[in-house]
Amino acid sequence: MTHFSALSLLKNAFSGNRKWDEQWPESEPKAEYDVVIVGAGGHGLGAAYYLAKEHGITNVAVIEKGWLGGGNTGRNTTIIRSNYLYDESARLYDHALDLWEGLSQELNYNVMFSQRGVMMLAHNVHDVQSFQRHVHANRLNGVDNRWLTKEEAKAYCPPLDISPTARYPVMGAALQKRAGTARHDAVAWGYARGAAARGVDIIQNCPVTAIRRDANGAVEGVETARGFIRAKKVAVSAAGHTSVVMDSAGVRLPLESYPLQALVSEPVKPIFPCVVMSNTVHAYISQSDKGELVIGSGTDQYTSYSQRGGLPLIEHTVAAICEIFPIFNRMRMLRKWAGIVDVTPDRSAILGKTPVKGLYVNCGWGTGGFKATPGAAHVLAWTVAKDEPHPINAPFTLERFGTGRLIDEAAAAAVAH
Amino acid sequence: MSRFRVAGRGRVRHDRPIQFTFDGQQIEGCAGDTVASALLANGRHLMGRSFKYHRPRGPVTAGTEEPNALIGTRRGKGRFEPNTRATAQDIWNGLETTSQNKYPSLAFDVGALNDGLYMLFSAGFYYKTFMWPRSFWDRVYEPFIRAAAGLGVSPSEPDSDHYASRYLHTDVLVVGGGPAGLATARRAAEAGLDVTLVDENSEMGGTLLSEPQAEIDGKAAWDWLAEEVAALVALGVRIMTRTTAIGYYHQNMVGLCQKLTDHLEAPDPAMPRERLWRVRAGQVALAQGALEKPLVFHGNDRPGVMLAGSAQTYLNRYGVKVGERPVIVTSHDSAWYAAFDLADAGATVQAIVDTRANPRADLVAEAEARNIAVLDGHTATGTKGRLRVKSVRVNPVKGGSIGPGRTLSCDCLLMSGGWTPSLHLFSHTKGTLKWDEETQTFLPDRKAEACQIAGAGRGLWGIEAALNDGAAMGAAAAEALGKAAKTVSFRVQNDRTGSGITHTELPTDRHPSQTKAFVDFQNDVMAKDLRLAVREGMRSIEHVKRYTTNGMATDQGKMSNMNGLNIAADALGKPQPQVGLTTFRPPYTPTTFGAFAGYHKGDHFDVTRRTPIDSWAEENGAVFEPVSLWRRARYFPQSGEDMDTAVSRECRATRKSLGMFDASTLGKIEVVGPDAVEFMNRMYTNPWTKLAPGRTRYGLLLGDDGFIRDDGVIGRLSDDRFHVTTTTGGAARVLNMMEDYLQTEWPELKVWLTSTTEQWATIALNGPNARNLLEPFVEGLDISDEAFPHMSIAECTVAGYPARLFRVSFTGELGFEVNVPARHGRALWETLFEAGQRYDICPYGTETMHVLRAEKGFIIIGQDTDGTVTPFDAGQGWAVGKKKRDFVGMRALQRPDLVAENRKQLVGLLTEDGRTKLEEGAQIVLDPNQPTPMRMVGHVTSSYRSDAMGRPIALALVEGGHNRVGETVHVPMPDGVVRAEITGTAFYDSDNERLKL
Repeated sequence: MTHFSALSLLKNAFSGNRKWDEQWPESEPKAEYDVVIVGAGGHGLGAAYYLAKEHGITNVAVIEKGWLGGGNTGRNTTIIRSNYLYDESARLYDHALDLWEGLSQELNYNVMFSQRGVMMLAHNVHDVQSFQRHVHANRLNGVDNRWLTKEEAKAYCPPLDISPTARYPVMGAALQKRAGTARHDAVAWGYARGAAARGVDIIQNCPVTAIRRDANGAVEGVETARGFIRAKKVAVSAAGHTSVVMDSAGVRLPLESYPLQALVSEPVKPIFPCVVMSNTVHAYISQSDKGELVIGSGTDQYTSYSQRGGLPLIEHTVAAICEIFPIFNRMRMLRKWAGIVDVTPDRSAILGKTPVKGLYVNCGWGTGGFKATPGAAHVLAWTVAKDEPHPINAPFTLERFGTGRLIDEAAAAAVAH
Repeated sequence: MSRFRVAGRGRVRHDRPIQFTFDGQQIEGCAGDTVASALLANGRHLMGRSFKYHRPRGPVTAGTEEPNALIGTRRGKGRFEPNTRATAQDIWNGLETTSQNKYPSLAFDVGALNDGLYMLFSAGFYYKTFMWPRSFWDRVYEPFIRAAAGLGVSPSEPDSDHYASRYLHTDVLVVGGGPAGLATARRAAEAGLDVTLVDENSEMGGTLLSEPQAEIDGKAAWDWLAEEVAALVALGVRIMTRTTAIGYYHQNMVGLCQKLTDHLEAPDPAMPRERLWRVRAGQVALAQGALEKPLVFHGNDRPGVMLAGSAQTYLNRYGVKVGERPVIVTSHDSAWYAAFDLADAGATVQAIVDTRANPRADLVAEAEARNIAVLDGHTATGTKGRLRVKSVRVNPVKGGSIGPGRTLSCDCLLMSGGWTPSLHLFSHTKGTLKWDEETQTFLPDRKAEACQIAGAGRGLWGIEAALNDGAAMGAAAAEALGKAAKTVSFRVQNDRTGSGITHTELPTDRHPSQTKAFVDFQNDVMAKDLRLAVREGMRSIEHVKRYTTNGMATDQGKMSNMNGLNIAADALGKPQPQVGLTTFRPPYTPTTFGAFAGYHKGDHFDVTRRTPIDSWAEENGAVFEPVSLWRRARYFPQSGEDMDTAVSRECRATRKSLGMFDASTLGKIEVVGPDAVEFMNRMYTNPWTKLAPGRTRYGLLLGDDGFIRDDGVIGRLSDDRFHVTTTTGGAARVLNMMEDYLQTEWPELKVWLTSTTEQWATIALNGPNARNLLEPFVEGLDISDEAFPHMSIAECTVAGYPARLFRVSFTGELGFEVNVPARHGRALWETLFEAGQRYDICPYGTETMHVLRAEKGFIIIGQDTDGTVTPFDAGQGWAVGKKKRDFVGMRALQRPDLVAENRKQLVGLLTEDGRTKLEEGAQIVLDPNQPTPMRMVGHVTSSYRSDAMGRPIALALVEGGHNRVGETVHVPMPDGVVRAEITGTAFYDSDNERLKL
């Protein structure tokens, strides 16, 4: 693997950029692996990387039905934050944030993690109560998050309209300065390159059609479009399609899959310095390094596996953005798309062991999986390697839906009375 | 007349000069010109700078697919937009336009330094560097990258225009007004169908506008066009110009964006700028034609290098010669006609360079007749000219080897690499494409929606083929909708059909690493970038796209996708269909945000729901707060009062004598039917069977997870009729939940649900004088404590208005809630307010309501509960029917964690110093001296200054709280720890004596 640096860039420039190595080779599936990971998104590739790097397990295959990083990793709006309310979530996302901060150096791949701050707007008394609860809990948990007056919010994000006559006037905001964005594709590619360099096989265009279990019920391997692949440990990390894959192993998951839409504007010179989210009007926005405004909406109202969303939700999202940032009304939408997000009843992930021996699952991230990528991958690798959960993901069990020990961040944000 | 304008040519009005500015310079064009055609008419090709290398660029197209000629356009205050395609913006007197992405000027741009360092800025270079030292990314590298990126500048003022939106149902929607679309519309309309024909251009005609030489059934093309459009109008076809089909959605819905004013000098201020149409069509006919491909060779991006078909459009539609001395470089027959037309218009065509060894003999003969040199079997290996192409180097190619080059001087270079069907909308539907070997392009295959595709969209070339195919498509659409259609066929003279071959990069004798052959012009992606991406392991076309940004520019890959695919496939050594195409995403062309937002801005972003009494509150100085979609009076300050003072006064007045409160926002649902009581038993935790008509009960609603979702007082009016109230924010959700259960789980129940929230105005009277005020107004009901005890409901007349009267209290005082039909709400309010003066009646708002209820320990759903709270946690276990067989959430309530010890439970909290008001949301710990992360055992849910208690009070959720009453807990704040004692939740009149008046 060529080490990436300014020097290597310069050297290769002089040789006409003809000597760069492949970042990951095209692998043919072997008959057997120690671990098979289903789904080559950031989570799956990251888990393979940490299995190899931290646990010395290198006989690993990551199997992907399409192209690596082509699911939600390559479709999200790249927001990274950790100012979650509950201890369990705060710990998980803060673990991820710690890893994000060193990820470019760790992978020798610039994932462009940009700590430009994520600001969440409060538009009514209820929002204020809810965000202040978050700010207080985060402070005692050692998680960066602070309350801003509306004037401070405007100073942090000048395009913000804080006039009291707005339909949903801004009453203040919660700001996590440590939060930000990253270049989503680079995360998948960086992990793929790092994993491949450590011996992991990345097998693209190879749908997993079923998980096979032996007579004792333990995992035996996966059936794929290119034949059966034996493995005593299989970890499924397939986002919106996890429920389908797990069903073939006889594990029913409490997941609903929804289209989630996002869009970008035409690129413009720097105008928007941070990330702004508003739960009340249902929209969030940042500006990419390329200059596009990156805008996300809420999930479509129907369940679907189709990666095309409806027009009405986009109309609402754009209206919401223009309501908070009226100067963007004449900007133009360049492109919009949809991903399929897997949503659990408490909107928190399922990350750990399953009732089937040798079968692990990482799913249910809903609309917020990207920010967890390094953290989730890291603890998933631990769980697979040791066949027991890391303390950080121990609460994120499948069993909690039976016991009622939910981690309900959405409920914590509650609803207006 | 401008130097490059050709007298008598084109559809522009040569007799109507128009003045506009470009970078402050006055430019003259003709009515009907675009900014690009007017600048070209003045001999000006340089219009922009590219994204990465800041290379000088001119228009390469004459349409909305333009990647280079992007400008800022301004019409006074609040009307500036960046990145407008100069090739699609009409000119009008006074239009201000500016070039972009340059400093200090378009002709001299320091950003072009990047161009010299292009080897460093290869595909994906930024993934490989800018990592050291770590802190430099946020502070140095990224700000630098961001400043260099972007194209134009964002608007900086709120938009002065407004936008509209409409729905349309039509039998046949025809997208594209070229020959195929016109023929389709005609056939479908003649079959008696409702037809809508849209085109993004300023007029219908498509290719016909660029090919006046054609004769259709003996008529000159433009005469035929005029007659045909008139015929369509006569048939009632809805014709919409400047209207782009932006996206094709589920169930044959197509989104259209219609531009209404950007082309007008003085638009009617009442006119929206753009209009978004959501069209639901029986059949969608796609007749979007084809887009010409550039050729990929060194220097193919200089100003003056343009697609041959576009040069033909500039000449024939706009009357503009794009140059006096053109050279044509082509691999397709079509470009030859551009040469002929330009020669006929007086240009001196320097040469036609065809990459094919044996061009068509008839074309060669026509070239010879015009004295145009033909270089067959040649390639272009480079161009020269900094701000405008000056020459092109061409070399013979024989048996795969490149012969010696010669330089052809020129002032423009017209290229054609063949044509690609425009299948963007078809792809939005997830219809599949198949590779056609003969034309080396993708054609539509399996359809996913009720649509038809005709003409160039399915690889048919020429006007005659398009007309005949369009007519067949119209007939097919008609037949699909059950109508018979006539068959017709067209005969076209002077039709320009042709064929060609497809190249990756043109053969060259240059070293590949020094070949600047552009594929994506705007994003500066060169052929070698694509090959580098493949070399680095990017095997999927999506990876190649994302690694190089090929196809991600504002032309959405219209110029670059096919060339990018061909080159990537070649680099991978795979046939194109195995590499595949990237997914086309809506919108077809970039579309104004304002058009999507439409009417939904300002007060219309969301409706503001107002109660019938809202106007009175406004007249009487209320301060409002938003609560879900409603605005509610929060408090009624008297002069000089802040919120705390006003609320104290309102609380005191209510407890002492009488307060009145507008409770109209409470959700109301009428539950009616023979099975109404059974339905209520299943939905709510409480038992309803024994609730007698005329009585009310506090109802608690859980989700199927066992957690509290909503609450409200519910009255039984008769055996089969309940008046259900919900929380203000929960009304719609509760009704949805009820309908969901009724329709999917219990369809056998005979129950009907009606939302009556807005049918009733609700006035709450609270205080010891509530009955004294109300009694004289009530007819048909004895409201004495004996006859109408607490938690009663009855129908009666109040002040002459039909009413539903509740005796109920959310304040702890004697209370009544009067529901009258909404239209009488304000009148009754004023009547009661006037009569209440003798009791010093005090109108109060939501804030006082919150304080009064907290003093009594009454919960507010969503504030004291948060979706993780069971009835038992909230101290509402008494509302759960112990003997009930089932209700929503009952089973979940038995889950281990929901009956575990030490759950968070609702308690009262009194600060030890008796003065400090706790902050809502503040966290509670047992040991304030522990290190971070602290173990938190709960949080403050409600906190107020209580006038009645003479001190602050609070409610909190605390682990095991019900067993901790009397214990001290700690609330660590940034400026110190607050100590507080856990108490019961009822601070005031815990024996409910005051309800018994």
